[in-house]
Amino acid sequence: MDPKNKKLLTNPINIDNPITIQVLGICSALAVTVKLEPAVVMSISVLFVLAFANVIISLLRNTIPSRIRIIVQLVIIAFLVILVDQVLKAFLYDVSKQLSVFVGLIITNCIIMGRLEAFALANKPFPAFLDGLGNSAGYGIILIIVAFFRELLGSGTVWEIQVIPNFVYEMGYQNNGLMILPPMALIVVGIIIWIQRAKTPELIEN
Amino acid sequence: MDKNSNLYTFIYASILVILVALVLSFTAITLSPMQQRNIEVEKKQNILTSVSIESSFENAEELFSNYIKESFLVDVKGNKKSGDAFLTDLKKEMSKDLEDRNFPVYIAEKDNKKNIIIPLLGKGLWGPLWGYISLEKDCNTIFGAVFDHKAETPGLGADINKEWFEKPFTGKKLFDKKGNFISITVYKGGKGAAKIAGDLEHGVDAISGGTITSKGLEDMVKDCMKNYEEFLKKSKIN
Repeated sequence: MDPKNKKLLTNPINIDNPITIQVLGICSALAVTVKLEPAVVMSISVLFVLAFANVIISLLRNTIPSRIRIIVQLVIIAFLVILVDQVLKAFLYDVSKQLSVFVGLIITNCIIMGRLEAFALANKPFPAFLDGLGNSAGYGIILIIVAFFRELLGSGTVWEIQVIPNFVYEMGYQNNGLMILPPMALIVVGIIIWIQRAKTPELIEN
Repeated sequence: MDKNSNLYTFIYASILVILVALVLSFTAITLSPMQQRNIEVEKKQNILTSVSIESSFENAEELFSNYIKESFLVDVKGNKKSGDAFLTDLKKEMSKDLEDRNFPVYIAEKDNKKNIIIPLLGKGLWGPLWGYISLEKDCNTIFGAVFDHKAETPGLGADINKEWFEKPFTGKKLFDKKGNFISITVYKGGKGAAKIAGDLEHGVDAISGGTITSKGLEDMVKDCMKNYEEFLKKSKIN
């Protein structure tokens, strides 16, 4: 692959991560990371919506009147989200029941608007598609890491399966109730940012 | 045409919106029968779960007709009324005057044991809650409960549809020993809160971090069951 295109895919996962570096999409990172499963469902739905919204906006980029470009972007995002929701309700009813909560959250996710505005409006469809994939992957990875620790320490489970054995509880161990509350998501994200900045020389500020 | 002119902007927006609306309404209309069927099957599955009958998406309709022997409507005074219980929309009934409301009742029969199933509808933190409670033949002891929700917070309030929350309802009683209607109380304070409060007859534990959903659920059970109070008292004598 063209190194420039490859960068579009890999940069958002690390040194240009939408959550830890650009600090976008924090609200949904707080809301859906109590358990691993909703975090994964959310990541996949954002992946789909962002990749296709990027392509559609990129295809339309030369025709969109600049005064109403934000509205056009919103219409496209809402269109995709509703379409996905309808199809899931008909064919994958169980998944749709989990997803329905996130529909509103996807539309308001600032990563999507941010990428449409910053990238798709000025680039060709294929790079826009890659940018969408890369950014949603970067978003998803952080979501999954945060959800893993919150579920493990907050509920003693991973993907709803109990991993902390019963004898540990009998010895007096307790699940940390604070982990299931939103502030801990912020602190976990903070710790990830700290580790990432310490490990990546490009990100260390003077 | 000038891309920044008012006319262009206006036409562009109109075409875009009409196009999107057309595609979406077309999808909604084509998919609606399938979605409707999913909702119906889910309702049947929920009713079956409340009397501990496991069902899958494929066999739910067959099991439903096998086990749900009877369904009818009752009014607030406990008199039976004619009508299709399955098609009765509880939400519409709730908006009528109290005397005009018809409440659906299902009777399940399995291994010669009869259970009364009563549907519930209420409000959570973000949207509607609903569920089914099945009662033993004394019309007082809960045999099983199943709850669901539209939009409660995942991992917190959303857990009302998990087995660990529903299971403790089994064996709880709606009426006290004198026959007064008490309903079920949901106790805040994590695991064992109902035990600490000393209310094992009528109390269950709330969900930590899901207090408003838990309280909404408590109100739902109380308000809905209240409507059946007369019917349950009458059925007990029979």
